[in-house]
Amino acid sequence: MQEIFGVPAPLLFGQLLIGLINGSFYALLSLGLAVIFGVLNIINFAHGALYMMGAFVAWLLLNYLGIGYWPGLILAPLIVGAVGIVIERAMLSHLYDLDHLYGLLLTFGLALIIEGTFINFYGVSGQPYAPPEILNGGYNLGFMFLPKYRAWVIVASLAVCLGTWLLIERTRLGAYLRAAVERPDLVRAFGINVPLMMTLTYGFAVGLAGFAGILAAPVYTVSPIMGQNLIIVVFAIVVIGGLGSILGSIVTGLGIGLIEGLTRTFYPEASSTVVFVIMAIVLILRPNGLFGRPRE
Amino acid sequence: MSDGTPILEVENLHAWYGESHILHGIDFSVHEGEVVSLLGRNGAGKTTTLRAIMGLVGRREGSIRLNGEETIGLKPDKIARRGIAYCPEERGIFASLTVKENLLLPPQVQEGGLPLEEIYELFPNLKERLSGASGTRLSGGEQQMLAIGRILRTGARLLLLDEPTEGLAPVIVQQIGRSVRRLQELGFTILLVEQNFHFAARLADRHYIVEHGHVVDNYKRADIKERMDELNELLGV
Ligand SMILES: Nc1ncnc2c1ncn2[C@@H]1O[C@H](COP(=O)(O)OP(=O)(O)OP(=O)(O)O)[C@@H](O)[C@H]1O
Ligand SMILES: [Mg+2]
Repeated sequence: MQEIFGVPAPLLFGQLLIGLINGSFYALLSLGLAVIFGVLNIINFAHGALYMMGAFVAWLLLNYLGIGYWPGLILAPLIVGAVGIVIERAMLSHLYDLDHLYGLLLTFGLALIIEGTFINFYGVSGQPYAPPEILNGGYNLGFMFLPKYRAWVIVASLAVCLGTWLLIERTRLGAYLRAAVERPDLVRAFGINVPLMMTLTYGFAVGLAGFAGILAAPVYTVSPIMGQNLIIVVFAIVVIGGLGSILGSIVTGLGIGLIEGLTRTFYPEASSTVVFVIMAIVLILRPNGLFGRPRE
Repeated sequence: MSDGTPILEVENLHAWYGESHILHGIDFSVHEGEVVSLLGRNGAGKTTTLRAIMGLVGRREGSIRLNGEETIGLKPDKIARRGIAYCPEERGIFASLTVKENLLLPPQVQEGGLPLEEIYELFPNLKERLSGASGTRLSGGEQQMLAIGRILRTGARLLLLDEPTEGLAPVIVQQIGRSVRRLQELGFTILLVEQNFHFAARLADRHYIVEHGHVVDNYKRADIKERMDELNELLGV
């Protein structure tokens, strides 16, 4: 069997694939966090819980209403986005003039409440969620076996990330958003309903987390604590990419996934800490993150 | 000065930033087609008056009528949609937007905005710099032209310009002056805040003097010559 640096090739590629899958989820989640931070100035600690909610909504839709994966792929993000809109209107919108700490504490509290509620009903053990039939099986690439569902996860999340990036960087709506990040007062004085835009932005970004959740449901098990495990890494990614940088969060998300995969292959002991080591180094060398702009 | 309802009528306007009470009962009015200036020393409350008209202060009281309709209870976006546009003192060009995106950002609020071609005629430099990757890479004068140019497309007929000449070279100041006069010819009504008294004196039909959050005096264009000494003292020019 072919070896690369003393590691069998299929093992290495297998780990890289897992890294890419994780990276896809990192990218979707850190993208949402970056957008929320940029536009609302809120550090959304509830993001992991809302990702979990996306997976659970998919599972509940299937088990209680018989609604399958494909309609779920639309419905779960919409439902989670709607929950986000309620959260923003009822709570976050009152905090914008206060220190970041308040938003962080509020969303941290929300995360505990949401996760606690699901634990109360479903326990911490995971629920299985089967991938749709059409995505069963896989491709033999010669050097490795690529399960169809995993390929789909990578393609779908990359497409959504790219679409979001285009929306923000290339459209008129995106120009409003970027302008509102800099001077919300002025954008409002041009006649744009900035508070409504902030509400919809939160709903959209949280909807992305819900989308990541249903994508993840067949890969990991659906469990109330699935978001906890992920969110700390995602926060590190946002810091590495540069707080508020859209492109930075996407690229860093995928990059960190791959680096974790490599670390798991060559030095497994460090695979769960490598992201924090990178964060520390980046913070020392480039405090604004790899893609961040210095604050004026 | 025309008769009839003023396009903008400010009465007993009070404004606060947090706990600090900045405007203590401002009164003035602007009629359709006029250029009116607010003059006053640093910190007199001129910028705050414009921000209060746009609804951009923490709290405001009194009355601000646009075309006879009260706007004191409205949010900034609703006020803007009544046909008023604001060009802030710091110009407010967005760094993360290209020059073109900056120009096209403010949405149409009413019929009858200037077509782009006419905006380029007013500010030829803008057309040349349109491909710029970031609005803030422009020179100060170009940023000022962009800041004025972008609010001409919106259809707003009343323009609030806050110190459009601040920090600019004399030739640019002249060019801005010509543009303001041309805008008046095109039928815009302009409320101009200025430190540069000579600039304002040449352009404005009437002047209001603001001091410590009050309007303390007002002058017609014709009065200025004979009351120059008074004015110099009030403005410290
Ligand atoms: N955001 C703010 N918070 C608190 N106080 C403010 C704020 N902005 C302005 N002020 C205060 O309000 C007063 C009026 O300020 P304003 O900016 O309206 O003056 P101005 O007449 O425009 O002066 P300048 O000619 O320097 O632009 C000043 O005393 C200023 O310190
Ligand atoms: Mg001022």
